[in-house]
Amino acid sequence: MQIIKDQKIVDDRWTRVLPDEETDPEDVELKPGPLLVSLAVWKARRDELVERDDDAGVLLRADELLDELLDDLEHLALIALDFPYFRDGRSYSKARLLRERHEFDGEIRAVGDVHHDQLTFMHRCGFDAYEPAEFFDLQDALDAFDKYSVKYQPDVHEKNPLFRRAKR
Amino acid sequence: MYAYDEYDEQIVRERAAQFKDQVRRRVAGKLTEEQFVPLRLMNGLYKQRHAYMLRVAVPYGLLSSDQMRCLAHIARDYDRGYGHFTTRQNIQYNWPELKDVPNILDDLADVEMHAIQTSGNCVRNVTTDHLAGVAPDEIEDPRPYCEIMRQWSTFHPEFTYLPRKFKIAFTGAKQERAAVIVHDIGFRIVEKEDGEVGFSVIVGGGLGRTPVLGKTIRDFLPKKHLLSYTEAILRVYNQFGDRDNKYKARIKILVKTLGVDEFRRRVEEEWARIKNGTLTLTDEEIERVKGHFASPEYNRDAADGRASIDDKLASDPQFKLWYEHNTDDHRVDGYRAVYLSLKTPDVPPGDATADQMDAIADLAEQYSLDELRVTHEQNLVFADVEVGDLYELWQKLDELDLATANIGKLTDMICCPGFDYCALANAASIPIARQLNAKFDELDYLYDLGELKIKMSGCINACGHHHVGHIGILGIDKRGEDWYQIMLGGSAENDASLGQWLGPAIAKEDVSDAVEKLVEVYLEKRRDSDEPFLKTLRRVGQEPFKERVYADN
Ligand code: SF4
Repeated sequence: MQIIKDQKIVDDRWTRVLPDEETDPEDVELKPGPLLVSLAVWKARRDELVERDDDAGVLLRADELLDELLDDLEHLALIALDFPYFRDGRSYSKARLLRERHEFDGEIRAVGDVHHDQLTFMHRCGFDAYEPAEFFDLQDALDAFDKYSVKYQPDVHEKNPLFRRAKR
Repeated sequence: MYAYDEYDEQIVRERAAQFKDQVRRRVAGKLTEEQFVPLRLMNGLYKQRHAYMLRVAVPYGLLSSDQMRCLAHIARDYDRGYGHFTTRQNIQYNWPELKDVPNILDDLADVEMHAIQTSGNCVRNVTTDHLAGVAPDEIEDPRPYCEIMRQWSTFHPEFTYLPRKFKIAFTGAKQERAAVIVHDIGFRIVEKEDGEVGFSVIVGGGLGRTPVLGKTIRDFLPKKHLLSYTEAILRVYNQFGDRDNKYKARIKILVKTLGVDEFRRRVEEEWARIKNGTLTLTDEEIERVKGHFASPEYNRDAADGRASIDDKLASDPQFKLWYEHNTDDHRVDGYRAVYLSLKTPDVPPGDATADQMDAIADLAEQYSLDELRVTHEQNLVFADVEVGDLYELWQKLDELDLATANIGKLTDMICCPGFDYCALANAASIPIARQLNAKFDELDYLYDLGELKIKMSGCINACGHHHVGHIGILGIDKRGEDWYQIMLGGSAENDASLGQWLGPAIAKEDVSDAVEKLVEVYLEKRRDSDEPFLKTLRRVGQEPFKERVYADN
């Protein structure tokens, strides 16, 4: 699969381990290579995942709390935040808190119902990778960042609001 | 009023260009309607019963004459010759063609207007007291803070997909005219004993399915923390507000579920971490924005006009009635605020034609320092009229059918568009307004009734604020027919309360009879003519009203 990372189209290097709720997380196989796991798998197999030489990442559903991961950030190279539908905006706050408050510097990836017109907001909240939803033209999407050249608010990249940045 | 600088201008231009591209892709079939929905909604474009509806933002209800002329032009050239002013102090057009919308947005941008965030689950148009800046009972003009809030909330990256829409209102006066208590956040400007001015913060009010009066979560917020505190509230709401059920998604439900103390605790905890960050307002920024709302140069001799007006008041009873009912006190001697009634019999409440709008713009230019306001009760205000001009202005307004002397009276009712336009409606609203106008066409009788606010919604979404009407009317659908439920005793003013249902629904043709019975009971029960409807009702209770209305059943 191809994704957008740092505003370029790249191949995704991560393997997913996202078992359904019926499956016991103890039973899933942890193959070599970078693994993106569900929160349940992370909680059950944390030590194993930390010990491995390969990178680990966690996919946090929109209804799962960031608090679950705060003690483990140093072990994670990727946190994927889900958009079950585009109107569910919880992951925006999470991304921003991860970057600004918890100083997470790994990859923050938007997954799920991710569209063209949300990219600029996601970027401003600290996402740096995007898995396209259906109908999403990757090439087109590269133009979708920085749709607005003027931003009133501070964000992850720009610490000051416009009123502190500009002579108005 | 606020004048755009290059930054504000650029945002609005870029947005118009972006939407133009989206419409082009939709018209060319490159976007399905399904994909287009979120995009058009972000631009205030709804699908209505017959056509698209475009809602244009009128920030805190303030318009210049040129902006009003642009609104007239849109009504004339892209719509069917009229527009509808809403309870959010905005204007809606009911018949634009999709292909024209990009041009409309361009034309709006030319006069520093837009349709940004007039729909969708984001911070909507900020509203305020229609007498802001001129009210004699004002602690401070709230409009600079509305503008600061407008800018902060425009395309906020974190809060564009909240659980539900989010409405913020400000008031700076002692008399409540902005209904802040029924908003997601209401900011009331208050003054501490030591003279420091700040805000009391009220959260979780709202109407709709679950009407609630807001709760004060902070008695005093220093001005400089306005944005950081709002950010803390929205961050808590964005993370913890209900996402599964749209009827439980407003912040009022979160406040209720957590309890106000726990909600406050979470907000304060979040705020403590961002409180002195970059969102802290600087004195320069507050002064900069305040500068745009600085008191105009009032004519020092304006009060000299009073003598001529006193003569007219004595000699022309029609003028006197209009003066008494449709003008309001001004903080500057020699000036008055004038209401233009959009509640003329035979016209849907809040509607104005393109020709009226053009004429209004000219009159505002001539008589009211080139500005006007939209009220949340769907009328217009000229805030700065010299008393000496009142007679002339009244005559001109009368010619335009804008001088019906009924402000605050029974026929000055709030009414949503209802079934005639709105796709969500269960029943018609406009015909009820017409029915009431026909029944209560005697102005003297209306004056005798005093202040009596009727508010009517065509469905449970309560755009017509029926829960806070002295008499609230809600349209429902009963096996395909329009029926109406009546509630009594609501108010969104200083004595705020939610109305209580009176009894079973009433058939369409009987609504005005029922209202007539209600006012009869009031007239019989009131202590004297100074006791208003609401007071009598609160004193005697619902029972006598109920008995009369349902007597025949
Ligand atoms: S109250 Fe209902 S019918 Fe009236 S405008 Fe709102 S959604 Fe439409």
